[in-house]
Amino acid sequence: MLTDIWTVMRKELQEAFNLGDRVGKFGLLFMMFSFGILLPWQMGRSWVESPITLVYWSWVPLFLVNAVVADSFAGERERHTLETLLASRLPDQAILFGKLLAALAYGVGLTWASLLVGLVTINLFHGEGRLLFYPPAVALGVIGISLLSGGLAAGAGVLVSLRAKSVQQATQVLSIAIMALIFIPTFGLQALPAAWQERLWNIVSGWNVTQAVLVAIAVLAVLNSVLIGAAMRRFQRARLIAD
Amino acid sequence: MNTFAIRTQQLTRTFGPVRAVDQLTLEVRQGEIFGFLGPNGSGKTTTIRLLLGLLQPDAGQIEVLGVPVPQRAAEVRERTGALLEHAGLYERLSAADNLDYYGRIWRMPAAERNQRIHELLASLGLWERRNEQVKTWSRGMKQKLAIARALLHRPQLIFLDEPTAGLDPIAAASLRDDLRTLVEREGVTVFLTTHNLAEAEKLCHRVGIIRQGRLLAQGSLAELRRHEALHLEMIGRAFTPHVVTALQSQPAVKRVEANGARLLIELAAASDPAPLVKLVVEHGGQVEEVHRSNASLEEVFLTLMEEEEAHAH
Repeated sequence: MLTDIWTVMRKELQEAFNLGDRVGKFGLLFMMFSFGILLPWQMGRSWVESPITLVYWSWVPLFLVNAVVADSFAGERERHTLETLLASRLPDQAILFGKLLAALAYGVGLTWASLLVGLVTINLFHGEGRLLFYPPAVALGVIGISLLSGGLAAGAGVLVSLRAKSVQQATQVLSIAIMALIFIPTFGLQALPAAWQERLWNIVSGWNVTQAVLVAIAVLAVLNSVLIGAAMRRFQRARLIAD
Repeated sequence: MNTFAIRTQQLTRTFGPVRAVDQLTLEVRQGEIFGFLGPNGSGKTTTIRLLLGLLQPDAGQIEVLGVPVPQRAAEVRERTGALLEHAGLYERLSAADNLDYYGRIWRMPAAERNQRIHELLASLGLWERRNEQVKTWSRGMKQKLAIARALLHRPQLIFLDEPTAGLDPIAAASLRDDLRTLVEREGVTVFLTTHNLAEAEKLCHRVGIIRQGRLLAQGSLAELRRHEALHLEMIGRAFTPHVVTALQSQPAVKRVEANGARLLIELAAASDPAPLVKLVVEHGGQVEEVHRSNASLEEVFLTLMEEEEAHAH
């Protein structure tokens, strides 16, 4: 099974790096530039010291995984390659997990690469002779939350992509969902009365970062399990062909 | 040893009110090229999907390579190859990468995989272009590559769903030649669907004819022709009305047409034409040449379709 998963994953990654036109590749570079150079350079030391960066690192994999997972599932059906794959000896779960893990490896891998570039940037421009690094709780959060938010995007991506008529439709639905996930809380908070905002900020500031990170990881892990379980039920040969 | 590569009994599959496959009983022998003929939408693709265990039947039994399907469909997929309705190639990848992927799927060791990819691409004339992205290739080349992929892991049986559909006549002829050569060399059983009757006539040892999910006939071309009228053409002189009347009185004769120096006779299936020549001569006709024409697969096919239509009404 593991060999089969790796076979699928390897091909998916090979395709992911061939994916897209110049605009898509420019978008990828722009994202890496923003989170690896621009934001760390602008935010200075708070880029590593403030827990708020956890929020940014939970967003980045969502965008990266979204593009790959939609292409991997909806694209395979749209380009009529899925049926041939299903006619091969591969078990359903090897195909599913190979694709899921490839999307995750791509999205989270590039996120972590941006994270490392960001650390280089912050030390170059704001280091002042000291080595700047995330506090342990934030570092754990950045790694764990980015991984699990990538998993969330991958799981949701499978379910959306298997129902979508095309890659474009799958990408649009997923992008809208991600935008909603980011903008509704952001604008919702801004719409609150100033007194409420201040109270909320005081509550959040009082949180123990480690505990908050662990709670976030636990919630995301549960959501990941639910979505992956649903994807496993949905990704079955007979259902895929009959649809 | 099981002599049948495929056996189905009363196989049925419906989609809502439509019976895509209707009580299909089929036998395909080991080592043969079996043509599964039928018009578009007759149930050919659904049959392949059922045989591969990609769809569940509503009723009936399937045995592929001696293995029951869908119960042990994974085993069948392990030992078969397929070129389905679409070539199913990864167009962003090169030809070599496409084959390499499927070689890995079938767990072929690296050395054997590379040697086999070279062997197949070279025999199809594609080796020099192996590193090009498949999206830059013509449809004919893609179909050849898809056939190479189906044969890559040396399966015992391959399913080819309309392999020449959409190809120009030259590309189709080239693909047929390559396919025949490869199949003979590999000794693989082929289950080939097509609505191109000339193709089936050139490639297949035996055929099955399907319409609206029902198998109308199966057998070798010679067997199927036995059900079809025989055409006799005599060239000579003195084909008078007297000769025509004498012929028309024969029970085996279905139709006679005298046209100057030509006498056209349609005989019932499996009739012996020899006594008719004697009869013509006895009635004053002078026969110089006799041509016997067998029904083409197209004629057999059309007759079966007409009979089925008449039966349905």
